[in-house]
Amino acid sequence: MHFNKFVLAAGIAAALSSSAMAADMTVGFSQIGSESGWRAAETSVTKQQAETRGINLKFADAQQKQENQIKAIRGFIAQGVDAILVAPVVATGWDDVLTEAKDAKIPVVLLDRGIDGPEDLYLTSVASDQVKEGAVAGGWLVETVKDKPCKVVELQGTVGSTPAINRKKGFEQAIAGHSNITIIRSQTGDFTRSKGKEVMEGFLKAENGGKDICAVYAHNDDMAVGAIQAIKDAGLKPGKDILVVSIDGVPDIFAAMVAGEANATVELTPNMAGPAFDALAAFKKDGTVPPKFIITESKLYTPADDPKGEYERRKGLGY
Amino acid sequence: MNRMALRNVVNTQTVALVGVLLLNWVLFPGFFRIEWQDGRLFGSLIDVLNRGAPVAILAIGMTPVIATKGVDLSVGAVMAMAGAVAASLVVAGYPAWIAVSGALALGLACGIWNGILVALLDIQPIIATLVLMVAGRGIAQLVTEGSIVTFSDPTLVFIGTGSFLGFPMPVVIAFALMVLVTLAVRKTAIGLFIEAVGVNRSAATLAGIRSRLLLIVVYSISGLCAATAGIIVAGDIRGADANNAGLWLELDAILAAVIGGASLLGGRFSIPMSVVGALIIQAMNTGILVSGFPPEFNLVVKAGMITLILMIQSPLAGHILGWFGRGKRGAA
Repeated sequence: MHFNKFVLAAGIAAALSSSAMAADMTVGFSQIGSESGWRAAETSVTKQQAETRGINLKFADAQQKQENQIKAIRGFIAQGVDAILVAPVVATGWDDVLTEAKDAKIPVVLLDRGIDGPEDLYLTSVASDQVKEGAVAGGWLVETVKDKPCKVVELQGTVGSTPAINRKKGFEQAIAGHSNITIIRSQTGDFTRSKGKEVMEGFLKAENGGKDICAVYAHNDDMAVGAIQAIKDAGLKPGKDILVVSIDGVPDIFAAMVAGEANATVELTPNMAGPAFDALAAFKKDGTVPPKFIITESKLYTPADDPKGEYERRKGLGY
Repeated sequence: MNRMALRNVVNTQTVALVGVLLLNWVLFPGFFRIEWQDGRLFGSLIDVLNRGAPVAILAIGMTPVIATKGVDLSVGAVMAMAGAVAASLVVAGYPAWIAVSGALALGLACGIWNGILVALLDIQPIIATLVLMVAGRGIAQLVTEGSIVTFSDPTLVFIGTGSFLGFPMPVVIAFALMVLVTLAVRKTAIGLFIEAVGVNRSAATLAGIRSRLLLIVVYSISGLCAATAGIIVAGDIRGADANNAGLWLELDAILAAVIGGASLLGGRFSIPMSVVGALIIQAMNTGILVSGFPPEFNLVVKAGMITLILMIQSPLAGHILGWFGRGKRGAA
């Protein structure tokens, strides 16, 4: 009974303190939409981060339309929020609305993607370094195969998309100078599981039933999950006969690691809001101006990094 | 009689298919190699059949719709919805047969909805089915909450990746559907009714065909076929990917029907030739994968091949070929 009262009192105290902090900062977040699992995870992590910091988050889903984002930002300005987070759906056309925010002295933080426009229109941008993601994946392969010859097949993202170009570039930079590692085939799997599987089936047939392939590098985990199924269908063991390395860190790739079928993934963290809130808090407190580009960590995960725990941690995030 | 049978098999579609397959063989010498592995056939040719099956199934449903002078743009979205529903049901603990029936019932409902818009409300088919094309994917995303719903139900996985008599299940299902629908339209008067409605709906109605009911039935079959393809695609990757399942496949299905000789102005159609059309498209896709072209060439190569095939099928090419044929016969 006493204990209950104590818990209740503590709860009230916590509620009071968090509401006091919430009065501190109200942040508007204009999200692109929910076109991918990663995007959905970014939304839920942003909400979590706001809650733990006691920030009052106003969330607006733009359903892939820039006009909705501009409307949402104007709405945030009219409500007099303390800061605005934007994940811009396209790179151009932001000058007017961000100038309005600037005139209203509301700091803007870009999440995950950049814009073409004057840098003084936003406080900072938080994004990952996609070239580095590819480089980390390539570096892992270089360290793993050492001097042994290794023929790699590559599953590219959508042709011409920025992550596909950058992740390809980073991987090639990492394996440059290691003549034992060569990319023998490279095709697009459109970032999807089913195309990843179909393309891998083709590669396996074309390379002596897969016996000539040492590793597959996929620009995202979904394609890797598809490739893993294709390798199994061909009677080979993914993770052993053919090494599997990919990028993103979605729950299903950790499930594959638990089963010993994937070897490494480079995390594209959905927690872009955490660094953004830190920068905003410092800026509000004593006017500390953060660097213009905050780069999130591209962390490598292998089966040694508790894949089961990582899977459990991520599966509720909406990936 | 023998010559008639031969003429049924040798036509521009089958010649184009053989041509594309031979081209693949030139680019990749192992293309026709088929092995027996783990109780199933294994090879690039099997891949063409297996990967072509979803579009072939869509084309089986799409062809009668096109023959009624309609079009069903919603099939890709219906695939995504059916996959999402089936996956969500098994993940929620329902047995596979309920998941499959649920997905098929949803496909049927979508088809009836399209049919009602077209037949009773007289909305133009391209707009009527556009409604579901846009809304359907949204509904699928609502069901899956934007993520890939992964499952491991053995029955659903078997539908996508299992095999029967050495052939992959999708191929078996597509073949069975092709035979079933072909018999239904060609061994009864239904095929004739469809063509009559497509050529002139008013005249067909005045002649006593219940064209409204016929249209609803035709769109329902298309919805059912789309749902079947959706279950297969979900079973194949052991997950329902609402964002990407069936994306743009409605266009591939229409293309397959047109390559198969169906006229977008209604009337003429052939289910088996539409299936051959779907295989031609897939043979090109698989060929590009095994040939080792850089991915930037994919769409250009595909577009070039399709233009060539459609040019060979065009009336003008027919006239020129016919003229040559007559010339030869005259000389002999």
